[in-house]
Amino acid sequence: MNQLLMNKKTWLFFLLVFMLIYPLIAGQSGYMISIAVMICIYAISAMSLDLLIGYGGQISIGHAGFLSVGGYSVAILASKLGLPFFMILPLSGVITAIISLIIGLPAVRLSGHFLAVITLGFGLSIPQIALNWDGLTGGYSGLSVMRPNWAASDQQFYYVIIVMTVLITWLIHNILKSRMGRAFVAIRESEVAAQATGINVPFYKTIMFVITAFFTGLAGGLYGYWIGFISPYDFNIATSFLLLGMIVIGGLASIRGAIIGAVIFTILPELTSSFIGLTNIILGFAIVIIILFRPHGIISLLDLFNIKRFNERDVIKNEFIISEQKQGGRQRNAKI
Amino acid sequence: MQIIVSGLISGCIYGLAALGLVLIFKTTEVANFAHGEMAMITTFVSYVFLTSYGFPYFVSLVLSLIFATIFGIVVYLVFMKRVQSAPHLNQIVLTLGLFMVFNGLAGITWGNQPFSFPEAFQGDSYKIGNVFITMNEIFIVILTLVLMLVFFVIFRFSKIGLGMQAASQDTMASELMGIKVSGVFMAAWAIGAALGGIAGMMTAPVTFLSPNMMSEILVLSFAGAVLGGFVNLPGAVFGGLLVGVFENLISYYIAPELRIVFVFLLILIILYVRPQGIFGGAKIVKKV
Repeated sequence: MNQLLMNKKTWLFFLLVFMLIYPLIAGQSGYMISIAVMICIYAISAMSLDLLIGYGGQISIGHAGFLSVGGYSVAILASKLGLPFFMILPLSGVITAIISLIIGLPAVRLSGHFLAVITLGFGLSIPQIALNWDGLTGGYSGLSVMRPNWAASDQQFYYVIIVMTVLITWLIHNILKSRMGRAFVAIRESEVAAQATGINVPFYKTIMFVITAFFTGLAGGLYGYWIGFISPYDFNIATSFLLLGMIVIGGLASIRGAIIGAVIFTILPELTSSFIGLTNIILGFAIVIIILFRPHGIISLLDLFNIKRFNERDVIKNEFIISEQKQGGRQRNAKI
Repeated sequence: MQIIVSGLISGCIYGLAALGLVLIFKTTEVANFAHGEMAMITTFVSYVFLTSYGFPYFVSLVLSLIFATIFGIVVYLVFMKRVQSAPHLNQIVLTLGLFMVFNGLAGITWGNQPFSFPEAFQGDSYKIGNVFITMNEIFIVILTLVLMLVFFVIFRFSKIGLGMQAASQDTMASELMGIKVSGVFMAAWAIGAALGGIAGMMTAPVTFLSPNMMSEILVLSFAGAVLGGFVNLPGAVFGGLLVGVFENLISYYIAPELRIVFVFLLILIILYVRPQGIFGGAKIVKKV
């Protein structure tokens, strides 16, 4: 039994079952389902941002721009061209990926704070462009999106989003385990060394931006379908800060960390929304306290817990130490 | 011509804010995203001095600058000192967290409706050539230039300035050489916060005093600092001026709403050609 609890796959299975029966537990409450959906959307965005920042070592503080672009491409493709859902959603990712080249190409030559300012500018510019390009984006009034017929109700679309979230998590997980993911980590550790070992650094840096933009665009598209509406200030610069907060709070270079961060940062504002003006303070303090006292994020608490548990079991101990070293090294080295 | 001059004046404000940013960055290698909010709080404090206590303008200016230096020192000692050797991303996210906290606190304390804030000098505008300029605007320009020169000289020649340079290059070595690194860092935060406070008090008459007044200024002064190369004090002021003029030209000839978009297009192009900024010096290859 203990062994069973240790197994990651068991937990994954429980999580999946929980997500599948969640609408039954939530008892048709639109509010609860909506929170779960927002967690999924933010989790996808946080994971793809983590791919860029945690694994790739590039910084982006304008990620909400990609969410906006994804949402708008869904709205425009659906209302102006009337394509089916299964074409629109991937296309929204592709369009976002193409736009990401605008900042991905200079990013090849930039690093650190310069890149931070460029991406900040991107995140600030997208709402302004959306606001002023009336013909395409509807300006202030925004655009509405119709859900496909077979997933028109909230509950049906909830399952669509769950499937997409699981699929994207699996994809990101596999990308990180692949040759490409190892190249990202190598670039993060040292660009010079990566180049010396034959990794095409400019190519992989660009592809990093393209991949992360693709997944974030998908998340934006799902958001557009879920709300049924997209307007310029849905994703503003505060959203970008929030996403950045999520991955740092959860723990950098860790998919689980990104998901934990997304859960916390979606639920916290909901809990404090009745006190006007308190949300920012609470979120800010959460960020500050975690950075000061647990700089590797909440996920490092889990490792702490694991160490205690494993100390009782000598057999697995050796195995664990190796994996712990791997993990510790990975997280300690997650720097820009 | 009038457009360029008013661009230069708003550029001076960006330059002042950028000066504080660069000073902190150059010494402690922290890009302070909470800079604008610290400036905003300083401005609010001076507003309290002005209205509640009825001090004259320059007395409350001095008092609030004293407050700003203390504020900078407190922020350094309580928060930034602990993450001094942490990864850059943690530092950035910490300052973003402080940004949210300060913004929220100011919103709760002083409310979100804008206040009007007095100018340093009241008075009519003068006509020089075919340009109108007020006494206050002349004051802003002179103040910016003087502060830039003073800090350039301090940084280059004085003992604490040399300490700042040494600390930014190698913290451990400068500690071994007998420089009190934490004292130097504290000074950088204090001066940086005071410079931000001045920028805030120069901005407030134009934008009105509210918790969100500095966010756009902060972004544009970051843009100026990046254009100047982020490590060069005169470069920061020059970058701020460039951004100010460019922004004013865009909002006059194209559209005022799109100025941020175009400012960032400019930065994108400049950084694509010169990744280290205009005054950045040679590009340093990171160690293996």
